[in-house]
Amino acid sequence: MKTVDEIREISGVNPYKCMKCGKCSASCPSYAEMDIKPHQFVSYVQRGEIEALTASRSLEKCLSCFACIERCPRSVEPARLIDAARQLVVRRRGETMLSPDEIPALAESDAPPQLLVSAFRRYRR
Amino acid sequence: MKYSYYPGCTMKAKAAYADACARRSAAALGFAMEELQDWQCCGGVYPLGADEVATKLSSVRALMAAQEKGQDVITLCAACHHVLKRVNDDMRHVPAVQEKVARYMGTEAPYQGETNVYHYLEVLRDTVGFDTIKKKVVKPFTGQKIGAYYGCLLLRPGKIMGFDDPENPTVLEDFIRAIGAEPVLYPYRNECCGGYISLREKALAGNMCENIVASAAGFGAEMLVTACPLCQYNLTKTTKMPVRFFTELLAEALGLEGEEA
Repeated sequence: MKTVDEIREISGVNPYKCMKCGKCSASCPSYAEMDIKPHQFVSYVQRGEIEALTASRSLEKCLSCFACIERCPRSVEPARLIDAARQLVVRRRGETMLSPDEIPALAESDAPPQLLVSAFRRYRR
Repeated sequence: MKYSYYPGCTMKAKAAYADACARRSAAALGFAMEELQDWQCCGGVYPLGADEVATKLSSVRALMAAQEKGQDVITLCAACHHVLKRVNDDMRHVPAVQEKVARYMGTEAPYQGETNVYHYLEVLRDTVGFDTIKKKVVKPFTGQKIGAYYGCLLLRPGKIMGFDDPENPTVLEDFIRAIGAEPVLYPYRNECCGGYISLREKALAGNMCENIVASAAGFGAEMLVTACPLCQYNLTKTTKMPVRFFTELLAEALGLEGEEA
């Protein structure tokens, strides 16, 4: 299956509903940190440029805050595309965005378990 | 009224005091929290992928266990609440997930989201009533200016969470009034604290938390109250603003504070 089909199937998103209003990017708390912005994710999928999305550092920067999902007037919900691109990466054999070996150096002893489970859910298969 | 309580990892560990405060307050307010046996971690983040099933099964098991007891589910942690509520919504409305889960679980009668999932704050608002709480307060926080910090997970997406107005919520402000304090409205109360990004990028999460606290302090808040242990952690790690879990304030207002869980 072509990756553009895969990303549409995983995300359940129809990118052609987008009317380019930009509310998603305007709402995104990680906007400044993202190389490809939420509204651009939609355009990349429309053009079939999926490799750029799977290489994007935006995959790590999405916070799952759901602001773009809440405010999208066309229910395109760009966070679903960002998550689907991330899934394409972490579902590849041996690929991960967070290893347990990194945890001792990253997490302080008073960190709530919620921090670790959320990060693992987000950055690993 | 008895609820099946889904505590989740953090309420059983770092937030054990907030958990104890919730149980004590529930008893004083006339409802019971029966912890679900053998609950499993919700995963902390709702799996957005339309084809994700395995990552939703722990929530489904909890929802089905509550159904078996004839109870609705009550949650405290905003993340657990978010995940359970959304998985339950999938079980109600998304046939593809329903069917795959039913095949996986091998149950005769497929679970179709019959259980209701309530956050503790919803029970306070809709079942107990803030007027009742106000009457039971013995140690009011009179004169304290408290900012409600909602964060993301309780509110969004509003259509599924059905918790409050996602852009202009009021439940925590009503709670603050009920315990005798003065709520402080400020624009960053439903902005993100950074969530799990604080694991790797402390400066980025710190910056977001500073914006939230500066906004609250600018409008006169002396303290923030939240329902998410990770928001509480991120905010207290990077700012000097006191941030309390809402059940701690509730128990103290009801005269039920204590050191131990």
